[in-house]
Amino acid sequence: MIRRFFYTLKQAFQQVFRNRAMTVASVFAITAMLLILGLFFIIVININTAATMIQQDYDSIEVFLDDATTEEQAQSMIAALQEENGVDEVLYRTKDQAMAELKARWGENGELLDSLAENPLPNSLIIKISSLEAANDIAKKSGALEGVEDVKYYKETVDKLMNATRFIQIAAIIVMIFLIVVSIVVVSNTIKLTVFNRAREISIMKYVGATNWFIRGPFLAEGIIIGLLSAGISVGICAVLYDKVIDMIGQDVFLILSTPMVPMEFLIYNLVWIFAALGISIGACGSIISMRKFLDA
Amino acid sequence: MIIFENVTKHYKSNIGLEDVSVKINKGEFVFLVGPSGAGKSTFVKLILKEINADKGKIKVMDKDVTRFSNRQIPSLRRDVGIVFQDFRLLPKKTVFENVAFAMEIVHAPRKKIRRQVPQLLKVVGIESKAKKYPNELSAGEQQRVAIARALANNPMILIADEPTGNLDPDTAWEIMQILDGINMRGTTVVMVTHAKDIVDKMNKRVIGIEKGKIVRDDVGIYGLEATLAQLEGMEVTTDTLQHRRVFNEREKKGEL
Repeated sequence: MIRRFFYTLKQAFQQVFRNRAMTVASVFAITAMLLILGLFFIIVININTAATMIQQDYDSIEVFLDDATTEEQAQSMIAALQEENGVDEVLYRTKDQAMAELKARWGENGELLDSLAENPLPNSLIIKISSLEAANDIAKKSGALEGVEDVKYYKETVDKLMNATRFIQIAAIIVMIFLIVVSIVVVSNTIKLTVFNRAREISIMKYVGATNWFIRGPFLAEGIIIGLLSAGISVGICAVLYDKVIDMIGQDVFLILSTPMVPMEFLIYNLVWIFAALGISIGACGSIISMRKFLDA
Repeated sequence: MIIFENVTKHYKSNIGLEDVSVKINKGEFVFLVGPSGAGKSTFVKLILKEINADKGKIKVMDKDVTRFSNRQIPSLRRDVGIVFQDFRLLPKKTVFENVAFAMEIVHAPRKKIRRQVPQLLKVVGIESKAKKYPNELSAGEQQRVAIARALANNPMILIADEPTGNLDPDTAWEIMQILDGINMRGTTVVMVTHAKDIVDKMNKRVIGIEKGKIVRDDVGIYGLEATLAQLEGMEVTTDTLQHRRVFNEREKKGEL
């Protein structure tokens, strides 16, 4: 069994090497497809993270308090607000907590905030809303309370943004599915070409008395090797490009959306598994599908 | 070894074999002769179960091949060595690997392969070319490799489908001597051929097929005249053949 496994593997590597031209062609095809998929994956995952973060940040009403407002006053405001319809929870956030949260969100860039002499952030109340219809009402009422400096309520903007991201997500998924189908066709055709070139080889093997699985084994392993090779190259290219992109526009994006991009390590870690799985299955499926005709004959 | 019982095989537009019964015994050397399209290939393909018979029974080594399922075909082909006119070597494997392949498919241990392949290459006289690829060899050498591969699993039967078809006369004769040697060691050899001179020289059993039927089955020379000559107890040489032919023609014309 083990000997059989190593034999198959050895044969597969030999085939990969001796059919260099075809190997390169297949690897190119799969890599190209994985790269396009990867691009979409990166975009989608970034939009997703940004969307969730924005949602978490703004799915609530922020009530900024005067610096003059004491904590007791704030507590009585909380008690009053909690009576309102549609209010889920009201939290008190001191300026120090607000600063700590901001720092955490800025991540590495949080050090920049240390240079501030004084904490410019106000104390605030955070109202978690349970019913969206009541949100506008609550925002108005809390604005009328004494000691309130400002009310920040982004619900509408957030909703619009959410709709936009949802649209992008769905569009991206449709494009990805389309791409996967197209690339499987391309790849299986590439492999079919390889197998077609070796139709004679396969028929000879059958004449000598090789079983179908004996013939299929090395081809299958070959497909997997090609798939893995492509996955490796794709991950490498993606990593380099993503690194460059973060370097170039990372800060701007950071300012515009006030959310950082998905960290490199996290993304690549995911990409490795996704690409490996896709590469292996495309390679394996491609070789099995394209061989079927020749083995039946 | 090989038994055909009332075997019929029809193709869409023509007849392959028509009610053929024949028995080839262990250790025999048999020539299968006949014009193109007579049914020789059908005969060989039926033995290997590349095609199925419409009617009749085919036994190879006491096993009823007609009842074999597709799964049993590989094991059948391992028991029967095959040599083709166009050699059919794996182009991307070396000579050694080509012969080794036949052993690898039966999961022979590597040690055995390393020991046996050089021996096989020696039998066919190309032990020095083990590391070459098929396209680096002459036609005769390629055929030797094919024979070595066919012998790799010690088959009881060796089928050679026009093995000398692509070879010049001298090389062809060398190949024949190798086949003869293999037959001497006990392997049943069935050789399909057009090569009249080879059949004549070897003086073995000849099965003639024409239009799907066996038209002759006896020991001797390619042509029918030769058989007649033999039946009459004459010593068969090319000379007698020539005489016989002249005799026949004159008889036809009524000169005698």
